[in-house]
Amino acid sequence: MHLLQYYRPFATALMLSLASSTAFAAGEIWVSNEKDNTISVIDEQSLDVVRTIQVGERPRGITFSKDHSVLYLCASDSDTVQVIDPESGEVLNELPSGEDPEQFILHPDNRHLYIANEDDAITTVVDVESRKVVAQIDVGVEPEGMAVSPDGKIVITTSESSNMAHWIDTETHELIANTLVDQRPRHARFTADGSKLWVSSEIGGTVTVFDVESRSEKAKIGFEIKGVRPDRVQPVGFELTSDGKYAFVALGPANHVAVVDQQTYEVLDYILVGRRVWHVAFNGDESLLFTTNGVSGDITVIDVAKLAPTKTIKVGRFPWGAAYRPNQ
Amino acid sequence: MPGTSKSEPASLKHVASLLWRWPSAIACFGMSLLLVSGQPAAGADLEVTIGYLERLQPPVPVLSNLETTPVDQGLAGAELGVADSNKSGKFLGQHFSLDKRIVEHEGDLLGAARELLGATKLLLLNMTSEDLLAVADLPEAKSALLINVSEGDVALRDRSCRQNLLHTIPSRAMLADALSQFAVQKKWTRWALVEGPQPEDKAFAEALDKSTEKFDIDIRGRKVWGFGADMRRNAAQEVPLFVQSFPEHDLLVVTDERGDFGRYLLYNGWIPRPVAGSEGLRPDAWSSAVEQHGAAQLQRRFTGAAGRSMRSIDYASWAAVRAIGEAVTQTKSNDPAVLRAYILSDDFELAGYKGRKLSFRPWNGQLRQPIPLMHPRAVVAQAPLEGFLHQSNEMDTLGIDQPESRCTSF
Repeated sequence: MHLLQYYRPFATALMLSLASSTAFAAGEIWVSNEKDNTISVIDEQSLDVVRTIQVGERPRGITFSKDHSVLYLCASDSDTVQVIDPESGEVLNELPSGEDPEQFILHPDNRHLYIANEDDAITTVVDVESRKVVAQIDVGVEPEGMAVSPDGKIVITTSESSNMAHWIDTETHELIANTLVDQRPRHARFTADGSKLWVSSEIGGTVTVFDVESRSEKAKIGFEIKGVRPDRVQPVGFELTSDGKYAFVALGPANHVAVVDQQTYEVLDYILVGRRVWHVAFNGDESLLFTTNGVSGDITVIDVAKLAPTKTIKVGRFPWGAAYRPNQ
Repeated sequence: MPGTSKSEPASLKHVASLLWRWPSAIACFGMSLLLVSGQPAAGADLEVTIGYLERLQPPVPVLSNLETTPVDQGLAGAELGVADSNKSGKFLGQHFSLDKRIVEHEGDLLGAARELLGATKLLLLNMTSEDLLAVADLPEAKSALLINVSEGDVALRDRSCRQNLLHTIPSRAMLADALSQFAVQKKWTRWALVEGPQPEDKAFAEALDKSTEKFDIDIRGRKVWGFGADMRRNAAQEVPLFVQSFPEHDLLVVTDERGDFGRYLLYNGWIPRPVAGSEGLRPDAWSSAVEQHGAAQLQRRFTGAAGRSMRSIDYASWAAVRAIGEAVTQTKSNDPAVLRAYILSDDFELAGYKGRKLSFRPWNGQLRQPIPLMHPRAVVAQAPLEGFLHQSNEMDTLGIDQPESRCTSF
């Protein structure tokens, strides 16, 4: 203890010099392992797991605050959202999340977390500063996918068993519309310009694209992989590149990620990844995509420019979600 | 289909719909949204009443005193289905309610059926094969949509099928085929069969006979269970002798649907062989061991509401209500003819927590569904298993497929 205290200034100086001498400022990918109650931290440069952090029960939804100073984590079976110090890995505090939080989205104001409470058919809005529940909104059965428009005016909750995207006005916390999609919607994202909303339907096997202003269906994207039976092709998590070029759609038990043209909605390619691919996350400059492969318990790293997998990284049991943390 | 399809903004299947919460919303969004949605505004709500009709069965004596059949078996599943449908329906101006009639074993079933058919033409039926046909053949039921949630009788999906009777509970043929696929995959294709003394045990054995023929499995020995003794005391002595005369086999299969004697075959064989069928590795629509594909959420909702675990008949009842609910959502109608047509169409799909979209076979009204093979604590496999291919839908490798169907009412 004494030694450590004595050497701390020196150690810090050493770390700083190391960091500054590194040409590439590597960030980290944080992965929630649903059936291990851990987070695996992957170094962006070495692509190795550099830390494993013990967290609450059944960690799923994972996201950083806008300044990346804290991590928010849905500990579903602990019925809480944990606020974690990414430096120490310690749980700083817990947010009242409602029961069984699964996914959430942080509002652009960096203050309000919108949380899907899967068992309660509710979306809970929590103020992360006061740590109080601001509102609870009744939505359909098994809410899951969460998205927020870039201007922060609309939050989307998808309900898996009601097959709807619920449009929430973030000022009033009231529902303004409910749009039907195919069976078991899992995930939702707005395009970077806020003009379109994408929603994936796991059992329906489709991704529906809505025009945000009219809330009308703009397109429906289907998938077909040679040698994979159609009902194994189940779109779940996906992310859109901010340059408006690609969408990467995880196809669950089809073990592939589909590459979709964001403008034409054409499926350009299918990339083979690990088993039961669930969610995907980019690194900071969107040059790499990380996929969580639940059944095989690993992460596939995809080179976005080449649209090719480059590495598989073993993590904990049933990796669920991933979030990027730039070098601090 | 690969690629994309552009669709009209107001396509029937994907219409935007609204929840009017407060007048200003109407003022703000009313015009634009109505144009988009073509959806009835509040006030044009759709009421859907679903009937539930059950004939209580007399309790049957079984050797073990440990379990009883829950009194609300089936009904609890239907109630959860209605609750789930209402949670979605409230956003669409659709309200579902359950009108139930539970008839005593000796009670007037057809009287209750007529009364219920006067209130609604959408009915779940929890009863035996004979009763199902009697209700389906009532003149009042001609235009009704009836769903069998309890009876696995193969004939109901075959020669005795009725155009107004659908089935969400799997047939014994589907269960038998699921077990056969598993045995083929494991190369456990030499079977010994112990058949229970009850008519339903004989029916399951017949389904297994047909299935083993289809999948080229050899039933090398078979015996009908005939003991009257109390096996809790005597299993260790009786069972090894009973099964000793079977020729060499890989799997000991038992038909004992009421759960009377089959449990005493496990770990009591003459030679060490796994037990399957009604005990051991069991093909069934559902059990508390099913947890994948989001099933854990359905299990939690059911347990929370019913205070017990979900059984196959509960699942079939839940699925029946949800099938109606899904058809109502998509067609915006409560007309049984409209709903029946939609349910039997290619457009219908139901997310049933089994990892594949469920649909109905248009040739006999059976709900296609994966069949889990389970022991009490885990799902071992789920049929259709890898490698059992079908030209249109792999789930149709389970049960009566179109070319072999002798159902002519559809």
